[in-house]
Formats: sequence, structure tokens, C-alpha cells
Amino acid sequence: MTISNSRPITPELIAAHGLKPDEYERILSLIGREPTFTELGIFSAMWNEHCSYKSSKRWLRTLPTKGPRVIQGPGENAGVVDIDDGDCVVFKMESHNHPSYIEPYQGAATGVGGILRDVFTMGARPVAAMNALRFGAPDHPKTRHLVSGVVAGVGGYGNSFGVPTVGGEVEFDERYNGNILVNAFAAGLAKSDAIFLSEAKGVGLPVVYLGAKTGRDGVGGATMASAEFDESIEEKRPTVQVGDPFTEKCLLEACLELMQTGAVIAIQDMGAAGLTCSAVEMGAKGDLGIELNLDLVPVREDHMTAYEMMLSESQERMLMVLEPEKEEVAKAIFVKWGLDFAIVGYTTDDLRFRILHQGEEVANLPIKQLGDEAPEYDRPWREPGKPSPLPASMVAEPNDYGLALLKLVGSPNQSSRRWVYEQYDTLIQGNSLQIPGGDAGVVRVEGHPSKALAFSSDVTPRYVEADPFEGGKQAVAECWRNITATGAEPLAATDNLNFGNPEKPDIMGQFVMAIKGIGEACRALDFPIVSGNVSLYNETNGVAILPTPTIAGVGLLPDWSKMAKVGGARDGDEIVLIGIDGSHLGQSVYLRDVLGIVDGPAPEVDLVVERRNGDFVRSAIRNGQFSACHDISSGGLAVALAEMAIASGKGMQVNLKDCNGPAHALLFGEDQARYVVAMPADMANFLCANAEGAGVPFRRLGKVGGSELVIDDLLAVSIEQLRDTHESWFPDFMDGSSNAAAAAK
Amino acid sequence: MKSAVVQLPGLNRDRDMIAALTKIGGKAPVTVWQTETEIPADVDLIVIPGGFSYGDYLRCGAIAARMPVMQAIKAKAEAGVKVLGVCNGFQILLEAGMLPGALMRNASLKFVCKEIRLEVTNAETDFTRAYEKGQILRCPVAHHDGNFFADAETAARIEGNGQVVFRYAEGTNPNGSLNDIAGVINERGNVLGMMPHPENLIEAAHGGSDGRGLFASALDVIAA
Repeated sequence: MTISNSRPITPELIAAHGLKPDEYERILSLIGREPTFTELGIFSAMWNEHCSYKSSKRWLRTLPTKGPRVIQGPGENAGVVDIDDGDCVVFKMESHNHPSYIEPYQGAATGVGGILRDVFTMGARPVAAMNALRFGAPDHPKTRHLVSGVVAGVGGYGNSFGVPTVGGEVEFDERYNGNILVNAFAAGLAKSDAIFLSEAKGVGLPVVYLGAKTGRDGVGGATMASAEFDESIEEKRPTVQVGDPFTEKCLLEACLELMQTGAVIAIQDMGAAGLTCSAVEMGAKGDLGIELNLDLVPVREDHMTAYEMMLSESQERMLMVLEPEKEEVAKAIFVKWGLDFAIVGYTTDDLRFRILHQGEEVANLPIKQLGDEAPEYDRPWREPGKPSPLPASMVAEPNDYGLALLKLVGSPNQSSRRWVYEQYDTLIQGNSLQIPGGDAGVVRVEGHPSKALAFSSDVTPRYVEADPFEGGKQAVAECWRNITATGAEPLAATDNLNFGNPEKPDIMGQFVMAIKGIGEACRALDFPIVSGNVSLYNETNGVAILPTPTIAGVGLLPDWSKMAKVGGARDGDEIVLIGIDGSHLGQSVYLRDVLGIVDGPAPEVDLVVERRNGDFVRSAIRNGQFSACHDISSGGLAVALAEMAIASGKGMQVNLKDCNGPAHALLFGEDQARYVVAMPADMANFLCANAEGAGVPFRRLGKVGGSELVIDDLLAVSIEQLRDTHESWFPDFMDGSSNAAAAAK
Repeated sequence: MKSAVVQLPGLNRDRDMIAALTKIGGKAPVTVWQTETEIPADVDLIVIPGGFSYGDYLRCGAIAARMPVMQAIKAKAEAGVKVLGVCNGFQILLEAGMLPGALMRNASLKFVCKEIRLEVTNAETDFTRAYEKGQILRCPVAHHDGNFFADAETAARIEGNGQVVFRYAEGTNPNGSLNDIAGVINERGNVLGMMPHPENLIEAAHGGSDGRGLFASALDVIAA
């Protein structure tokens, strides 16, 4: 049965659309009458949290978004940053959390598809992707199913589309048991003078529908899931969309070809709330009205209602305002690629959003107010308390340092992610200089002899939980540090803020304080936020996820031949710690995974020190002084050394005689702004003198050589054993043997 | 020597292939679109690159093998022009009946992208002259359906004829291929299909250049 547009608007129907009574009152006063059913759907799509950012907007405005290299900040499909020579990098990160939990393969796949579309809508060819994935506890019954589905979905879409996946994160924590996180990042390259925006210009110009046909998939994906509503829809449809990477690849090529012809005045991809959101955005930004005739929309199902067409989230679609003289040229390109091309409406000068369907006007709304006058909330928030200090002297030493290190490198969260990234095409396009497994992914800029871009995605949710402000700072600092560790200059970042229910003051407090921390760090490190996404209401049965503001950053390497890698150490190299001795065990993985305790404050980030140490390291890399470089993060110095040893296949003889403090804090402390570097022995005196001159703390730790990682008389573990332990957790977990072992215990 | 790269919707390593042919051969290949029914007369090497032609929603390569351009490629192959299919290109050549055997889903049932070792088992082809028999190359793979299979009779025939040109070196078979077969050539010796991606290992930026020899051989530009 088809739902009539004159369906009565009842309080239940309003609630089912996620609109609060006061929001409905606002609708009534805006339009001066009762909305039609289609109009109600349009309002709910535009005013939900996902599209309107109504809880977060006030705080997002406090983030630094400008800088000398920023060409386009937040508000467009993606951020745009200048990388010299008339080139720019276009990038964004976006979540697809809820769909990925319901249907992991398609949820993750369409997450990747959506972010790729955001990038090429702006005229950029995607050159790199990353994925920050967070799952529940390894022993939770759904976890393996979700891991295998999400990873296959990410790969299935990205591999077929043809973008290399060069980085990301995979973490496990029971707080994600009922609500996993799938944050997808994409970056593309464009010319700075050929960026395409969504702002429509000119009255009476054709609005063109491009790409795949519209179906009923994803109708109401953003807002509703109520029983009454299900009964009234023609038949039950999954709210998760199905991705078609083949069509997306064709759409990419067709769009880039089309953009060359000068036919595109404005372009917007259809993501959440599909046709509604894209049309309103183009019109509202350009101060123009839009009239759409739904009879002209290419559909793949019969008898679709206006409501369904306006709210469909079918994938691989775009909306464009066309230069009228170029219609034939434009159409020929889409026909060549086997895609739909249909003029579905016109821009108008009356600032109305008018929808015609089967001779009837089914919606007529003020276009500016749909976007600009969406509700905005200043939600009450409460600053969370800080855990009391936890000096290292209060933390037990391990019985056996070697076993403790093995436990960490073979733990669910510190073990190798090879099982995951070998399912992603990391090499396609032939420009990958560093693939996952190092500090950052690096991709050279095609057509330039030496330029490359570095990408990293980071956040340490347990720090954010313990202290949202410091945790927010740390997420930015670690991203900046990982990019720096390749020798790249961090340019800008995108944020994907995943939190629980903002209507709870404690959760809102986490959100507010994390944003304050992110803002402070971005300002101090000249690392503006140029795009992003907010995902709230990540809760199950009233329990929120760990607050997870993922930061994904981009850096520029002027000369990739001088790039540093984790695994570059050579026999005889000297190993030097840049930064202070380890001391901070609060919220460390040593505490959590070796001692089984979650306690203490998050490490504080001194942003002045962060910048000074990072600038020093970057300059040394660019001067070709290091053979290897690795940032120190979770697991502290010991895990960083182990990772360098595994990556290079070289042993290390390390002594801590010059260091101050208890050995477990020196080895496992997660103090910030630190790196381990390796360099030819004859370079070490020079480097250390430079460090001293720059006021950068350092320790000479020992030499590369042998087949074991030896640290004083505390531990001696063969590289082979470290590698086996590091590599085996993930495949064992996925084939079930570690579960079986755990069950046997 | 003039080369051509076939472009079908869904192929996505065409740009990698064009870059490799250009860098090694010194001039850019011509491109041939799916609907074309003729290959330029002066082309000596036709390359079908990797990707997911038509999404590979049916059996990999099955739709591509039935496109008009394949008739033109077949005619050229019969006239002795060299044809190279890499990854999806290999799958397409098999589906078109231009090579013996079949490619099944990887034994792991997962997509796999990593570097493997490749043994050159026949260095006397027009594609492998730059290598030596038994030489072990580094080479990346990136595929979901690279598990080579042939019935016993076919397998014995291609092994006996020296039609197995590349094998995954011991311990690096990423997909369960029969006899570690990574690349096969037709009897005439002018049509080669292989799963690994030599075009992604041709220069310092790739961390090695073991793949160059294949293109240098096929383009007849082997350095003295």
C-alpha cells in the first residue's frame, strides 16, 4: 500500500520521526500550516542530529579551522588544503557505526563509499583511505563476526573502487560490545583552481540527477525505526543501504570527466537523507530555491512515493547544477559510463523547496530555514572528575619483564594488524610508499618528482574516558606525532567525534571537554580541523561507548627519499630516545593488559614540548640523520623498541643506566611527545649535541645488533619470538583457536 | 614497439599499467575502450590490466570476456600480437578461452594483498626474456580470485609444454593455486596471463624493480 501524502500528522507520527514537540511547534510557526507527510519527512531528515549537528554545532564552532594552507574548511563535502605547486589534498572522515553493527559488510562498505564520494564530489581523485575500527571485547560472541564482516566490507568496496588503504586503527574494548565504530577516511588530490563546491549559482538552471537509480533502501535510515511506522510502509526494507563499488568507480570517472568540460556549476553527493539533503544544501548555500519533479527521478522500484524518494539513501548518486549549454556533452559522458543522467528540476529565485509528484505539489518549504534555522541546543553538561594521581611507585613491577613485553606485543590491542590490512589493497595506484604497520601511511603525489603525503588516524579512548580534555589533546598530538615520525609536516586534520547520548550531562561533558582539548592542541600545533563528522547516541542499554574522538591528519613530505620508517634500523646503529624518561603508568596498557587494572589519570600532553620535540625530529629526518624513527605511544618505550626490532629484523642491546626512575615506568610509561630513533653511530654525537642545543631531552639507549632485544638484565627476547607473538594473535583469534584456548581455561 | 591498454568499466589498475608501460617503454600506450571493435594496426602488445571489470558481480572476467573489444583482441592474438593479462586481465583471458585453466576464489576465501616471491619457470618467452630460469622475483599480489586450477590432463599438458611461466616460490602461494601456478602462457607463446602485479614493482618508490623485466621483455627494450 502506498502512503498518502495527506496522511494525518499525529503526535505519534511526529515522535516516530524523531522530532520533539517543541521542534514541531517550530515547524508550524515556520510554515504557518500543518506540514504534509512528505514535508514532515523532509524536516525530520534535515533536523536530525546527524544532518543538523544540533547538539554539537555550538562547540564545533570553537575549533580552529583556518590556516595559511586551508583552502576550504568545514561546511563542504570535505576539507581542502594546499600542498604547493597548485596541488591540494581534499579529505574527510565520517562514521558508519550503526549500520555496520546491524550489517557489518554493507555497513562498512557503504561507509567507505560515502566518504570516497565526498572527496570526488569536490573534483579530487581519491588516492588514500584509512579506517578506524573499534570492536567489543574479543571474547564477546558477536566480535569475530563483526570484525570479519567489517574488514571484508571495507576491503570489498575500497579494493574494487581502486583506492589504496594505507592506514587506520583496530581496537577492542568491551565498551563497544553493543556499538562498534567504523570511521572511514578518504583523501584525494586535485588542482587548487579546480575545486567544485555545492553552492548553486544562477536562476532557472537545470538540476541534474547523476549515478545510480533510487530505490527504497535506507528510507529513514537517519531518523526512524518505530513499529507503527514499519506497518505503514509498503514492505519492510533494511535501513542499511547496499553498496555498489562498480557504479561508484564509474561515477568517479564520469564526474572527473564531466568536471573537465566546464559543465558543473555546483555538485553535491547524496549521502544521508539523499535527495532532500543534497538539494536543500545546494539551494540554501546559493540563496536559491529548488523545484524538483520526482516523476523525472530514475527509480529502480515501482510505485515509490514522494516521501520514499525524498528520504531514500540509495548509494552512488549525485545532484548537480548544470551549465545549460553543456547538457549534451554532459549526458554523453554519463551514457558512456552506463549511468543515469536526468534533469529533475530547476533553480528558482523564490527560496522555496518545491517538490512535484504526479501532478501534485507534495512539499513547498522555505529552503533557508530547512538548513539554517534547524534547532540548535546548548545542552547542559557536567565536567567529569579527574582520577587521582597514580605514581609509578604505587604500581607493581612485572614478575618477568620479558613475559610482560611478550604479553603486550601479543595482546588484542597491540598485536599486528596484518590479518586486517592484507585484506585491503594497499598498493593500487602504484604510489604507496608506506603501507599499514608503520607510524603513518605515505603516498607519493603522482606527477611530482619528490612530494608525498602522510596520513595517520589516532585516538586513545581510554585516555579520553579518564580525562576528556587531556585525551582530546592527546588524540591530536599523537596524530601529529605519527605524521612527524615519517618526516612529514602535519598540515591539517579531520575529526570524527563518536560519543554517547548528548542529552546526558556527563556525556555532553565528555564531548565539550574533548573538543576543548582538541581545539587547544590544534591551535598549539597549527593543525586546523578542516572537515569532520559527529556521531552521537552511541549507546546500548544505557551504557555509552568509550568517548572516541578520532583524529585523522594529513602531512606533507617535500622529498620522500628522505622519509623515515619504523623498520629502517641497521646493524651498528645507535638508538636514542627523544623526549623524557618514561614515568606515567596511569591508563597505560601495562596497567590494563599485564596487571589487569584500569586506573589513574591519562598522561598529560605538554603541547610546547610536543611541538619542540616533533620539530626537532622532523628536521633531523629531513637532514637524513636517522635510519629509523618510531613514535612512542601505547606500551611505552619497550613496545616501541620491540616494534622497531620486529620491523627491521634486527636485535637491540639497550641499557637504561642513564635513565631515572623505576624500570617498569621507564619501559612501559606512556608519557607523551616521545620518539625512538636509530642512526649511524657516527651521527649520534652530532645529533645529541643538536638536541642539547635545542633543549630537547634525549637518552642514548644502546646499539642495534644481534638477534635479540636485550634491555639491561631485565629482559632478553629473540626477535623471532617477538615477531611470532606479535603476528599470531589476530589470525589465531579469527580462526577461533585463541577463543578455544580461553574457553579451556 | 607500440602497446595498448584495454579500458573496461571497473578495471582499476589501468593507470598503474599505463604508468609502467610509459616509464619502461618510453612512450605512453594507446587506450582501447570496451566498445571498440578494432585494435590499431601497429600495436604489438595489448595489455588487459587488473581490477573488477563490471564489478565482477558474476564470475570474475565473465562479462568482460563477452564484450566486443575481446573479439578484436582475439583476432590480434591469432595474428600473433602479444597479449598480457594481469589479475582481472588474466581472469578475462581465461573466460575468453584464450588460456587454459580456471581461477577460483582464494583458498582463504579472503582478498589478499601482499608481497610474494615469484619463480620464473620459463625464461624463454617473449615476456620473460629479461629474466633467468629459476630466478626468484619479489612481486605483489592483490586479488580475491587467484586460485589457479586445471584438470589433471590440462595441468600435465601445460606443465609439459613449459606453459607455466611463473610459480609462487616455496611457501608464498597466497591463494591455493594448483602446483603454485601464478602465470601461464598459451601454446603459441604470445598470450600470457598472471595474477601478480609486476606493474606495482618497477621503481625505487615501490621499494624494488623486479617487475621491470617483464615489461622490458614484452616491449623489447631489454637493456644491454
